[in-house]
Amino acid sequence: MTKEEVHKVVLDIIEEIAPDEDLSDVKPEVRLRDQLDLDSMDFLDIVMELRKRHGVEVPEADYPKLASLDSCGEYLADKISA
Amino acid sequence: MKSDDQRIVITGIGLTAPNGNDLASYRTNLVEGRPRIGTLDLRYMGTAPAGICDFDPLRYQKKREIRVGTRAGSIAIYCAHEALADAAVDLAGRDTSRVGVYIGTTEHGNVETENEVYNLSQFDYDTRFWSHHHNPRTVANNPAGEITLNLDIHGPHYTIGAACAAGNAGMIQGAQMLQLGEVDLALAGGVSESIRSFGIFAGFRSQGALAEHEDPNRASRPFDRDRNGIVVSEGGAIYALERLSDARRRGARIHGELRGWALNSDASDYVLPNAERQVECMQAALRMAAMTPEDISIVSTHATATQQGDKQECRAVREVFGESPRTCVNNTKSYIGHAMGAAGSLELAGNLPAFVDGIVHPTINIEHLDPDCELPNLVINESRDGVEVSAILNSSFGMLGINSALIVTRPE
Repeated sequence: MTKEEVHKVVLDIIEEIAPDEDLSDVKPEVRLRDQLDLDSMDFLDIVMELRKRHGVEVPEADYPKLASLDSCGEYLADKISA
Repeated sequence: MKSDDQRIVITGIGLTAPNGNDLASYRTNLVEGRPRIGTLDLRYMGTAPAGICDFDPLRYQKKREIRVGTRAGSIAIYCAHEALADAAVDLAGRDTSRVGVYIGTTEHGNVETENEVYNLSQFDYDTRFWSHHHNPRTVANNPAGEITLNLDIHGPHYTIGAACAAGNAGMIQGAQMLQLGEVDLALAGGVSESIRSFGIFAGFRSQGALAEHEDPNRASRPFDRDRNGIVVSEGGAIYALERLSDARRRGARIHGELRGWALNSDASDYVLPNAERQVECMQAALRMAAMTPEDISIVSTHATATQQGDKQECRAVREVFGESPRTCVNNTKSYIGHAMGAAGSLELAGNLPAFVDGIVHPTINIEHLDPDCELPNLVINESRDGVEVSAILNSSFGMLGINSALIVTRPE
C-alpha cells in the first residue's frame, strides 16, 4: 500500500471514531492530536481498527509512530497489503 | 416541622419515557390514556414488546460521546440537562464541587457485555478484539459518571443499585446527602437501558414473567385478570433536588417536597414479593412524614403485571389504605411498561402535575379487573378529575426483596 493510501485508511478510521471532527484539512505532517480532538482511548481505537480491518498488529512500543498521517504512512505502508 | 435546611424539595424535572420526552407531553399522554409500546427484535430470541424512547441524544452530546459511552449514559445526560433547565440552574455560575449525582439503576453492564461478547464472536473469540471501552462502559457508576463528564460537575457521583426500587432509592440518596450538607444541589433519580439486553428479556421469559400480546400497546396490563407479565422499557427521570432554604433564597419554582421515605428488605425470596414488608415500608414512610393514610391523595403503585406481584401489592395497599376513602390508587406501567431503574422516578413524575391540575391518571388496559386487585379507589381506564391532590406515595419494589416508598407533598 502506498503512503497516500495509508493516509486514506487512517482518515477513514478517524472519521468513524471521531465523528464530530472536520477532516477536510488534516495536515499530514502535523501530529494528529495537535489538530484534532483525540485522546489516548481514541488512539487505542485506531490500533483496534487497524487490527480489525487490516490485520495489522501495532505493538505498544510503536504507538508513537502513529502520531501523524505522514508517520503512519512510513510505518504502515509495508504492513498493509493494497 | 423540620427546619427549612432539612426540608428537601424538587425544583427541576428532566425525563424521557417511551411516551414523552418532557414532563408536559408525558403528562398529557397519561391523562389522555395514550401508551406507547413498540416491538423490538432481540438478538437470539426474536421479538418482544418493549418501551422505546425517542429523545434526541445529540441535543446534549457529541457523536463521539455517544459512540464511546452507553445508552444509560445518554439517557442520564439528557435527563440531567432537562432537569437543570427546568430548575433554571446554570452550572456555569455555581461551585460544581457542591453538586452531587445520584442515579438509581436496576442493573448496568449487561448491555455492553452482551454486545462485546457478540463482537468477539465475529472474531472467533480472539480476546485481542475485546474493546478497551468495555471497562469504563460497564463500571457500575457509568451513567452517573457520564453526567459529570458531560456537564463538568465535580461533586460526588455514583449509582444506587436497588433493582426496580432504584428510581426511588436514587432520590432518597440525593435527599439524604442534601440533609447531611454534603452537597447543595442533587441530580437524583433513575435510568434504564435494559431493553438493549436480550438477557433481561430472556430471563423474564424463562421466569414466566415476560408479557406477550399481539398489540404491544395492550401488553402491559397491571391488575387485569389476564395479565401475563412485564413489558421491559428504557427511560429515565432525574430531579434537581435542593434544600427548601436554598430553593427559597433563589426564588426557585417548587414542584413538591420529599416529605417522607422508607427502604426495607423482605429477606424472604430472590424474586417473589412480600406484602407484609411492603406494608411496613409504606407505614414507615408515613411515620417519617408524620402523616396518616388519609393524608395521601394518590398511591402510585409499582405493579408490573405479574400474577403474584400485583396481588401482593394490592394486599399491601388494601391493608394500609383500605380505610382511607379519599386515597386514589393508580399505575403508570400500563402506558410505558416497566422502566426498571427508572420506573420509580418516572412514575412519580407522571403523577406530580396532579398537584396543579387535580387529575389522577388511570391505569389502562384493564378489560377484566382481577378480583384480587380490587381496591376502593383504583382509578381504571378513565382519568379522575377534580381531585384535591396534596400528597403522593410512590411505591417501587425490586428483586432480592428491596422495597421503597417515597412521599411527595404539594408545595406550600
